Amino acid sequence: MSANDHIVSSFDEDLETLKAKIAQMGGLVESQCESAVRAVHRRDQTLAQRVREADGRIDELESEVEAMSLRLLALRQPLGGDLRTVVASLKIVSDLERIGDYAANIGKRAIVLSSLPEIPPANGILRIGGLVQSLIKDVLDAYTDDNLELAVAAWHRDEDIDELYTSLFRELLTYMMEDPRNITASTHLLFIAKNLERMGDHATNIAETVHFQIKGTKMQADRPKGEDASYVVTMPE
Amino acid sequence: MSEKKKMAKSDASPASKETPPSATPKMKGDKVKVFYGEKQALMDVDLDIKPNEVTALIGPSGCGKSTFLRCLNRMNDVIDICRVEGKITLDDEDIYDSTLDPVQLRARVGMVFQKPNPFPKSIYDNIAYGPRIHGTAQSKADIDEIVETSLTKAGLFGEVKDRLLEPGTGLSGGQQQRLCIARAIAVNPEVILMDEPCSALDPIATAKIEELIDELRENYTIVIVTHSMQQAARVSQRTAFFHLGELVEVGDTEQIFTNPNDSRTQGYITGRFG
Repeated sequence: MSANDHIVSSFDEDLETLKAKIAQMGGLVESQCESAVRAVHRRDQTLAQRVREADGRIDELESEVEAMSLRLLALRQPLGGDLRTVVASLKIVSDLERIGDYAANIGKRAIVLSSLPEIPPANGILRIGGLVQSLIKDVLDAYTDDNLELAVAAWHRDEDIDELYTSLFRELLTYMMEDPRNITASTHLLFIAKNLERMGDHATNIAETVHFQIKGTKMQADRPKGEDASYVVTMPE
Repeated sequence: MSEKKKMAKSDASPASKETPPSATPKMKGDKVKVFYGEKQALMDVDLDIKPNEVTALIGPSGCGKSTFLRCLNRMNDVIDICRVEGKITLDDEDIYDSTLDPVQLRARVGMVFQKPNPFPKSIYDNIAYGPRIHGTAQSKADIDEIVETSLTKAGLFGEVKDRLLEPGTGLSGGQQQRLCIARAIAVNPEVILMDEPCSALDPIATAKIEELIDELRENYTIVIVTHSMQQAARVSQRTAFFHLGELVEVGDTEQIFTNPNDSRTQGYITGRFG
């Protein structure tokens, strides 16, 4: 028995099962995010529909983790690092569930978009999507490996996503002004971009939770806030 | 006490009622060492006991927490081979000073033990005993009053007021323990030491004692040794963790149980060693 093991070994098993369940949910969320972005990019209705349908499984996993955490709190009365682990698991699954919802919403919009004429900024979605996916992957790796450095590094990367979102926002406004027939598709793309940006925010929440779980304190540094896209003004020429 | 009252009580956050950190300690341990013959049981323990707070001492068996508690009212004096070094003060007064009467000290620093130990006397006489021998009350009326107020403060008066002359040993375990607390209060102490006061009690009796501890700290300073970490978390404002005769860590109870600084504390409270 190593120094990190509980005297009551079934407690360790419970905590491991909890972690494994969250890792499974994280994997699913990662793949949902990837598929949603691919469905937009390839105008793939079948894939988009599959993303929408798979969201139910994420919700189920969330309920399972919640039930397990509740059980652990009631039966094991965890303290110290164990208490933080259980509280963190509750927070993380709720962030993962939100990310899953955004992916499902992107799937829904991908179906609509595929029946509209294609517009070039769709490529920008691929770029933001790539950043968000790698952010989600890193915070989940940080969670599974208790890797504080990785969590902090990932947390800082959210800034890049915000910047890319702002530039995509400008680009889409330009397209809408150029030709009003682009408005429907552009608006859907804008919402998709916004969804991706929100996914990034939830991923940084997870990074913060991982920090709290490991260190017991809040992350200190203030994240520099980029330009807020909602306040960007683009004037017609 | 109704269930509702208990709920309302536990809602109030203990943090909001904490005494400011600047408060001068009621008792102070300074480099306290205790030896039982050749064996050293406590190593240089520095621990401040703040007034009107509950300080919980936790740690595995044999860690020295009870030894430290017993130093606070010189209960170790009765053990021949026990030797105490260092300094312990009560209101800045050295309690091991040779001119100090340990009996007087124990009136100021009362004690409640693990197993309820009422005298084989009536409920009334259990309470009246202390005030009589300390001469703090003379007339029957004075003693009557002390008996009533002590039992009331210990939350027992309502349950026993019609049978004060019956033997204390006829009460239930929880009632006996509250009787012992009432007996400790009767001599008007400043500090109450409790050595695992609930370990022989059922959960309801335990809850009543815990509720009582919370009420008592308005007027007294309390130090409690407990093996139940949940109990330490529920009743205390500050928690001290002992291990192998050493005071490993002391801090606000909330911090000790959510984010302890020392890896030994973390290991103990999470059930990884003991």
